[in-house]
Formats: sequence, structure tokens, C-alpha cells
Amino acid sequence: MIRHLKSMGIAEILLALSVLVLVVVVAIPVLLILGTAFFVDGHFNIKDVVQVLSEPDTYEALKNSLVIAAGVTVFSTIIGVFFAWLVSRTDLPFKGTMKLLFLIPFMLPSFIGALAWKMLLSPRSGYVTKLLMSSFGLESAPFNIYSLAGIIAVETMYLFPFVFIQVSGALERMDPTLEESARISGAGLFTITRRITLPLMMPSIGAGALLVALYSLAHFGVPAILGSEVGIYNIPTKIYERIYQSGGSFSAIRTATILSTILVVSAGVILYLQSFILKAGRFQVISGKSMRPVLLKLRGMKIPLLIFSIIYIAITVLLPTVTIFMVGTLKTYGIEFTAANMTLDNVKYILFDWKMTRDAIWNSFYISLAAAFVTMLVGTLISYVIVKMKVRGKFLLEFLGVLPFSVPGTVIALGVILMWSGRFGVNLYNTAWIILVAYIARYMAFSLKSNSAALEQVHDSLEEAARACGATHWQALKDIVIPLIKPGMVAAFFLIFLPALRELTTSVLLYGPKTRTIGVAIYALNEDGETVYAATLASVALVIIVVGQLVIKRVTRSKLEGE
Amino acid sequence: MASVRLEKVCKAYGKHAVVHDLSMTIQDGECFTFLGPSGCGKTVVLRMIAGFEQPDSGEIWIGDTLVSSPARGVFLPPEKRRIGIVFQDYAVWPHKTVAENIIYPLTIQKVARTEAAERTSKTVAMVGLEGLGDRLPFQLSGGQQQRVALARALISRPQIMLLDEPLSNLDANLREEMRFEIKELQKNTGVTILYVTHDQEVALAISDRVAVMDESGVVRQVGAPDDIYEKPADSFVFKFMGVSNFIPLEWRSGNVFVKGSDSVLNCPLDAEQIEAVRSGTLVAGCRPHDVELSAEVSDNSGVVRRAVYLGSIIDYRISFGTVEIRAQKEIFEALTKSRIFREGETVGLRFLDLKWFREEDLAVAAGAAQ
Amino acid sequence: MSYVELKNVTKRFGKVTAVNDLNIDIEQGECFSMLGPSGCGKTTTLRMVAGFEDLDEGEISVGGRLLSSSLKKYYLPPEKRNFGMVFQAFAVWPHLNVFDNVAFPLQIRGLSRAEIAERTRKAILHTGLEKYETAYPNEISGGQKQRIALARAIAINPSVMLLDEPLSNLDPKLREEMRFEIKDLQRKFGFTIIFVTHDQSEAMALSDRILVMRDGVAQQIDTPLDIYTKPANRFIFSFIGLSNFLPATVSDGAIYVENSEDCGPVTRDLPSNLPAGPRITLACRPSEIDLSRDDGVRGFIKQKTYLGDIIDYRVMIGTTEVRVQKSRRSALFAKGESCCVKLNRPHFYPDDMPTP
Repeated sequence: MIRHLKSMGIAEILLALSVLVLVVVVAIPVLLILGTAFFVDGHFNIKDVVQVLSEPDTYEALKNSLVIAAGVTVFSTIIGVFFAWLVSRTDLPFKGTMKLLFLIPFMLPSFIGALAWKMLLSPRSGYVTKLLMSSFGLESAPFNIYSLAGIIAVETMYLFPFVFIQVSGALERMDPTLEESARISGAGLFTITRRITLPLMMPSIGAGALLVALYSLAHFGVPAILGSEVGIYNIPTKIYERIYQSGGSFSAIRTATILSTILVVSAGVILYLQSFILKAGRFQVISGKSMRPVLLKLRGMKIPLLIFSIIYIAITVLLPTVTIFMVGTLKTYGIEFTAANMTLDNVKYILFDWKMTRDAIWNSFYISLAAAFVTMLVGTLISYVIVKMKVRGKFLLEFLGVLPFSVPGTVIALGVILMWSGRFGVNLYNTAWIILVAYIARYMAFSLKSNSAALEQVHDSLEEAARACGATHWQALKDIVIPLIKPGMVAAFFLIFLPALRELTTSVLLYGPKTRTIGVAIYALNEDGETVYAATLASVALVIIVVGQLVIKRVTRSKLEGE
Repeated sequence: MASVRLEKVCKAYGKHAVVHDLSMTIQDGECFTFLGPSGCGKTVVLRMIAGFEQPDSGEIWIGDTLVSSPARGVFLPPEKRRIGIVFQDYAVWPHKTVAENIIYPLTIQKVARTEAAERTSKTVAMVGLEGLGDRLPFQLSGGQQQRVALARALISRPQIMLLDEPLSNLDANLREEMRFEIKELQKNTGVTILYVTHDQEVALAISDRVAVMDESGVVRQVGAPDDIYEKPADSFVFKFMGVSNFIPLEWRSGNVFVKGSDSVLNCPLDAEQIEAVRSGTLVAGCRPHDVELSAEVSDNSGVVRRAVYLGSIIDYRISFGTVEIRAQKEIFEALTKSRIFREGETVGLRFLDLKWFREEDLAVAAGAAQ
Repeated sequence: MSYVELKNVTKRFGKVTAVNDLNIDIEQGECFSMLGPSGCGKTTTLRMVAGFEDLDEGEISVGGRLLSSSLKKYYLPPEKRNFGMVFQAFAVWPHLNVFDNVAFPLQIRGLSRAEIAERTRKAILHTGLEKYETAYPNEISGGQKQRIALARAIAINPSVMLLDEPLSNLDPKLREEMRFEIKDLQRKFGFTIIFVTHDQSEAMALSDRILVMRDGVAQQIDTPLDIYTKPANRFIFSFIGLSNFLPATVSDGAIYVENSEDCGPVTRDLPSNLPAGPRITLACRPSEIDLSRDDGVRGFIKQKTYLGDIIDYRVMIGTTEVRVQKSRRSALFAKGESCCVKLNRPHFYPDDMPTP
């Protein structure tokens, strides 16, 4: 866009505003964390840092984080690649359905899954445990879900779609002539897969695996439910434990900031690796032609593999979900599932009668809505400055915008606590505002990405054509740009609203007695031993999420068609 | 309908000067083309006239109005310049129908609704899009979208029309059709057209005058199409306007020879040209169609290296002295006049129309048959 | 027996017959093109020869060796056919450098390291890629990527080279250059080329013979010159080169442009194989028409476009528009002037709907 001599400065003003917003929302919290971790009384102090890290239980938490992340990454990669290959490269029947089913774990909060598996495989009272013990006459539980293995298993179930999506997408879009030219050169299927297909898939596999690692390191819910009770902590749960045990004492916060720094650094390393992999432009294998690659004929293995896939989905998706719904309707936990023992009154109670849950649902809704709304608008404005304005210093915005991506929810929560608990004269602690601010910081990157993508699709010539027709800069924005990026904005809105609605990691550190979110409420109910009500609320949450996803699909599709 | 005047316009991006001291006048009602290779700065000139870029120095006038002058602090924004513009990618708004696209300039100008509707349907008819008013752009072909862009540019009765490579995304047949239509539209409306392209065929076909620019933005020649083609100012223009042969020359024992060979070039030269041959600064240029081949081997003879069919013509590459000459003959004529030759045959060459260029740097010309 | 034989080859995709009873005989060392609009079946045919598709009916054999046969239920997969193939989008592997790309087929065949190196280097030399041996595809241009594909294909010394629109992703100048290179390689190595393209000037420039296809059916197999000068039907006439199709009538032993009897006859020389009248279609090339002041059918210049070497005229004969291209050195006419039109080599076709 051109800069009018008269209105010079509008671009600069907008740039400054945008930088200000991002600094306040994103940069300062992170800096405060780093500052608190490394500076004591204004002096750089690494001794304390080392000391904290070498304490046995913090050291243990670090180790566990790495072990879990490594395990989850390895297994997610194996499962993700296997199913991606099955769905994209073989003649497996019902592929379209299978693809959708494999994506379901994406939609469901993994901590609810952890809850379900706890109900199924808890060594003393788990339903499946009891079933197995009685069927096989065992004296002790065959599996202990409260273990590193249990955590890894549950996280894998919910994170493998990251790898699945990347790899199946890449496999489907891959230029088929790359494999055909190998065939005509004399290579058989095995050689082609080994020397051509797999190497070309490495970037996608790598990208997916790194995402899994990132999520796992930063994840609170599953380790909290399956690990904290038996003393297995990872970094986010350790941070939580320290802060809540000490009632928010300064030294606890300090420890937390030190641990957060580790998280931020590892996240940064992972994201750097990922951008490095993606930048290897030599792996541009996407073809413009819509020719499909040749499918492998499974022949005798077709039915067994189909059955295997269905069983996998049944166990990892269906079983826990059904369990949650069923336990949620029990009158008391542990009794048998008979019609007499089940009731829908629990749902009524949760939704209408119990203030705690009612408030939690309400809180989640309005905070997430507000967060989505604000982030969408602010994100659009900042994206516009980044993509369309010719002004020096844009790179600063781009950097600040991407920063939150690498900052885990726990760290953002901590940073927000440090910043908004009276340090600068404003105390938002224990209010809904502090959660709102944290959400805005957390999800700003999504909004920027979505809106930037939408804006980049609107070529300059579209605006310039409007200017030539007599429209001023603002008229062109109103008549041309905004209508065209609306779908992107709506997408950004939902990209934030739904995840915010169901999240736990961030709000668990920020909630007060009156500002519980749905995630926090479910977690708290579980902690208090109210397993049934935890399940009921979880069922309600699942229904809300699924309905929300369907609404998004309808709205985004109709936006595309109705234009 | 207005003229456009550029006076000593300069534009640089960082250290890279794209437009140098450009002065040009485009007459009212003329179709003027800026022709040159990609990156030569022609699009920058167009954008400065439109107002999307500002010159670093110099003045731009549209009609009697000064629209850009950094020295005088004058800058009229694009929306006030009364221009129509058609972009290479059509820039038709995907969220508006054909009619909404075309009527937009009138809505901005707050033209009364009945008048606007009438002018819209007239313009729609003028570009041949009747009945498609309610369609959305994605339902139209490339050619139809281009017409929407044209209509939208014309409807506000602009002073000047700017066209930035509008036809390069269309296939060959459509390009020809649209060429005619643009010419017709200009004839009917009398609007001044400024056209920017790298395609010399389009430039020759539609322009009243052409300005040929080289890669560094220097204007090599301005003139009517047949002047540019038949009387090129230098070898750059000659080479750019079509397939060309360059024959380096030397003077030996009173005759002009093709450099390094025994082939004599039989053609009358004046004293100045002879002097230039002597000093090695004269180069002969020739179009493939102007090379006559015959089975009678004479003074000028060469050996056919390749004979290739290219659609309706036969394309020969003939080694002639130290250079390779390209000759082209329309197939039917070649058949009837027995001018079909095979590789390895020796043929006689006759040059019908040689152009002479003075070149300081003969590296450009030597052996450079294009 | 010819080197490459396709006998009664048919291929169907669901209800659509992509290739219909195709019979081709290609000699050894020939450069044979398959030309036609998209969807005509040329690529499908090439893929059947390569082995990526199996035929529904018929037989394909190369060098006496049977490759596919519906009757004998025989099908040799592509990896065993020993052909060289070059694809439209080059299909060069981005994760391997130039050397490894070219060496790949040799490695598959389990040759010794020394031999692989020698033959790879030779192929690289023949395609002018010596400077790029260690470079990766993303570091080099489109034309050089195409050379990698060529080198990889010739490294195994194939008897047949299959080329699937290999030049359409290159810019025009490069395209011409690569055409010559391919021809040179053929001369050096002596392989047979089967070439698929939709670009008629490319087919004409490269081929010894061309097969024109339409909707799965072979239209004509001939040398480029014969296809151009003696097109077997109207479709081929319009597909190759520019064309005029004029509605005409036969009466009184003369042929007139429709509704323009008063402009004079096109010719009184009726050929023996004239289609049944009274209405027929006259086809002629714009470059094979003479304009003069007095010799021919009377008309006037509707449009004149200067194209450099040629002038493009649109001449109206009555209500029919004829396109004429003349050299700029022939007599010039101005817009609106009347003139006379003489068709030099008209073709006569039955009266039917114009070819789309």
C-alpha cells in the first residue's frame, strides 16, 4: 500500500500500536519469567538455578518429561506413519470413514481420555482391570495405568493424529511420477518405498513428530491425572504442585520460573528444528496435477488390516468415550452398569442445580468467546500490518507474533501471574480477566497465522483495482479486503474458541474460587474423588465440543459456498 | 480523454535505478505501448502513472493536471486520477457478481441508480458479456474475466486506460481475439491507452506507437510499429522484435566478406559504411523470412545443418561462413518453388533486406543467429 | 516385423473408452509422436507401452518380446521392461543429487561400482551436466532438471525412450534447444523414441512420423509434411496449423462461397473426389491464399493487423470472413479496400458442423 504524503504516519502508528499490543501481551510475560528465574535482587544468579535443577524431585520431573515426550513421539510416529500409509497408499476399504475416525482423537481433550482410562485400568477399581482379573484368575492388576507407561500410552492415543495428518497429506499430494520414474528405472515396490518414498516423507514425519514432542513436553492433563497421585511428575505438573503446595509463595514461583525456562528453551529448540526441516526446500514434492499415486493391493491382508484398524479405533476412541458417558450416569461410582443404577439426573444436576459446575460452564463459555473475539480482531489488524503495509520494522511483529507458539500454556500462565498480580499496579489475580489475558497470549499465534494466510490470498491488484475505480484506501478495505478475509477471520475465531473452551493446562494455574473453567472443574472433581460427577461434566464437555465442531464445519462450508 | 506527459521521471529501488530520466508524451487518443523484457521497468512506469508508486524525481502530467511531482510536493492519489486499469491477473473481485464488479466505479462516484444500471448494461453489452451479469467470477473463463476487468475500467469513462500485460494469461487463440476487441473498444470510445507488455507481437498488432525498452530501463526507440520493425534503431531493437540473424563482416581486397569466410556479401554500401566494415564495427542483420534459398550455389552459399517443420513454415539453420543463419519459408511456397532442402545440402543464399548496425561490442553480434 | 507393435489395443476406464482398437507399427530408430488434444488417449497409450496401465484388449510387443497381451493374459510390469522414460514434470528426485539420480537405474541392476560410475559419467557428459554432478535438483534450472531426466533414461542404454510431454514445462527458447538435444541423442545412441505431445509444432519439428489421435481413435499416421499438406480429415486440418473453413456451394460446375455467387467462383476446376453437394466446406490455410487486385473471388479488407514479418488480413467475401496471412513484402492492401482472393490449395470436405 502506498503512503500518502499527507497522511504519512498512519502506517507507522499502526505498526507501533501492534508492537505495543504484542509486547504487553506476549513479550513482557516471557521476559518476566526469564528475569525472575535468573535474577535475584537485580543480580544475575545462576547458582540458584543450578541448585533448583539438581534437587531430586525437580531433576526427576525433568527426566520424566523427557522420557514421556520421547516415548510418546516414538510411538505416535510409528502408529501415525503406519495408518497414514494404510489410508493413503493401499486399497483399504472405507478409507474416507477411517480417515475421519483417526482424526477424532484430535477433537477430544486428552485429559478426559486419561480420566476414562483411569476408570478402566485403575489397578484397584478399574472396570477392565476387574474384568481381566476375574476372567484370568489373576491376583493383581495386569496393568498399572498410574505409571510412565500409562501416561505414554494415553498421550500417544491422542497425539498420533499430528503425525497422521502430516504424513497422509504428504503421501496423497506427492507427485506420482516420482515413484513411476523409479519403477521404470527397474525398482520394485520395496526398493521404491525405501529409497524414494520414505526419504521424501521425512520432512512431514519430522514435522509431525516434533509437534508431538512439543505438545507432550508442555502437557498438563494426562500426567496430572495419571501421575501426580503416585508421585510421577513432569514439568508442568511439578510447577503446579509447587505453587499450590506453597500457596503461591515466592520461592515456589521462582522454582516454577526456572522450570518454565527449561520448557521454553526445549520448545524453542524443537521449533527451530522444525523450521529447519521445512526450509529444506529440496523436498518440494507436491504436484500440481491431481493424478493419484498407484495404490498397493493388499489382497489377503485387506480384511485383517481393516479389522485391526477398527479395533484400534474402538479401543482408543470408542471405549474411553463410552466409558465416560456411562460412568457419568451412574448413581455411585463402582457399581454395575444396570439400568437401575444409571440415571440422567446427574446431567441435570451438573447443568442446572450445582452452582460450581454451572458457573464453570458459563465461565468457560464467556471467557473463550471473549478471547476468541478479541484475538481474532487484534490478530486481523496485526496481520494486515505484517502482510500489507510497506513499513520498516515489520519483522519485529512477525517475531513477536510467533513467539507464543513456542511458549507452553503453563509458562504463559506463570508469566501472566507475574505481570498482572499487582506488579504494574493492576491486579487481576483470581479474576476472569487474568485467564482472558492468558488465552489471548496463548492463541494470538493461531489468529495471526490464519489471518495472514487469508490476507496473502488477497492480491494487491484487487485493492489497486478498487483504487483505480475511485475508491479511497479505506473504501477499498471495506468493500474488497474485509469481505474476502471474512472466512479467514471466522476460521480464526473457531480455531481459538473451541480449544479455549476445553483447555486445562493454562487455567489450572490461574483459576480462583469463582473462576473455574470446565477443564478445571473436571480436574477438581476428579481430585476430590467425585469420579461420577467428573465423568458427567466430562460428557457434557464432549457433547459441547462435538456440536461445536459440527457447527464450525457447517459455517465454514457455507461461507465458502455462499460467497 | 487525455494525454500523458512524463518529464525526466526517475525511480530507484535502493541502489538499483529502474527508470532513468524518462521523458515521453503520449497523445490524446493514441494506443501507446511500452515494450521490453521482464524487469525492464515498464510496469513501474505504468504504476507511477496510475499513482501506485511515486517517482523519486520528475513530473507526471495527465491532461492538464500535474499528478506527481516530488519537487513541488504534489501527489494525486490513484482514486482521483480518473484512470481505468486492467491487470495481468484480471483482479476481478471474487465475492462480487459480474454486474457488481462492473458497476462499482459508479457506486463510488455516487451515480444515480437508474443511470448506473443503464450504463452497466451498455458496458456489459459492449464487452460481449450479456446475460452473465449475475455470475460470479469463478464461474467464468479467463477470457470472460478479462472482459469484466475491461468493462469495469471503461464504465467510468476514464481519461486514460492502463493495461498491464492483460493478455499473457490467455491461450493463443483468445489472445488474438482480445487484441481485436481492445482495438475496437479504443476505436469506439477514443480513450487513450497505455499498454505494457513483453510480447512484441501484441505490441505490433495494436499500437499506434511503441517504446522499446531494454533490461536496464533505457528507451531504445519510439515509433510506429512498422518503423520499429523495418527501421530498428539498433541491434537490441532488431533482436527483440523477432527472430534475427547477425552477420559480422570484414573487408578484404575490395569486397565485403562474411568474417572469416570466403562468402562475399553482395550489396551496395556507401563510403561511411565501408569505412565501418574496415574498422570492424558494422554488422549486417537479417530476418529469417528475408533469406532466400536456392539450389543454385552462388557467391553466397552455405550448408544446411538442420531443417525443421515449425507449424506452417520450414525453419532452416544454415552455416554461412563463421555464423549460423536461420532461414524460414512458408511450407506451401517452399513446396511449389522447390525450396525444400535436407540436412547436408549446400544452398545458395540471397539476402533481401539487410539492416546495418554499428556495434562497438561485436561480441553481441558475432555468430549470434537467434 | 516392426520394432514396436501395438495390435488392436483397447483400454477402457469404466464406461469411457480411452483408446479404441489402436494399431501402430514403429520402426527401430524412428522418432514417433502421438499428437492430439487433451483426453485423446495419447498419454494412456504411452502408459500402456510403459506398463503403468494394462490393456483391456490387444497386444503390445517391443523387439519381438511380448509385453502385454489380453488374449494370453500376459503382463510384464514396468520395472522389467527396460525402457527409458522422461516425464512432463521431470520427476527428478529432490533428495538425491544429479549423480545419484542418474545412477539409480544402474544401481538397481546391481552393476559393479566402477561400471555404475563409468556409465553414469558418460550419460551426464552426453547431456552436458558435468558441472552439476554434485548439485541437487533445487539448485538448478528447469532445463537442467530435464537433462537429468534424460541422462537417467539413457544411462541404461534403452532400446526405446518414452517421452511424456517432456518439454511443455519449459520456456519457448529452451524448448527449441532441448528438441535439438533430444534429436542429437537419438542420433548418437540409436534408440527408438515414442513421444507424446499436444503441441503440433513440436510434433512436426521432431518426428519422423506422427500419429494424430482424437477421442481414443487414430486419425492419421504420416510424415509431418504429409500430415500438414494432406490431412485425412477436417479435424486434422484444423488441429495442425491455422485454417479457414468456408461454407460453399456447388452449382453450374463451379464452387462458390456461400451466399456470394456474385463475387465470382472460387474455382471451376472440380476435383474428382468432391464431396456430394450442393453444400460443402472449403478448407484452406491463411498462408496459402493470394490477394490481388483482379484475380479471384471479390471481397474487401475488413481488418488489417501488422505482425512484423507478416500482415494478417481478415477479408470478407460476402458475409464470410477469411483469414489471410501475407508477407509484408507482398502487395499491401489498406483496410476497407476491395481485393480479389485466390485459394491456392483448397481442401474439400462435406458440409457439417464446424469443428469446435
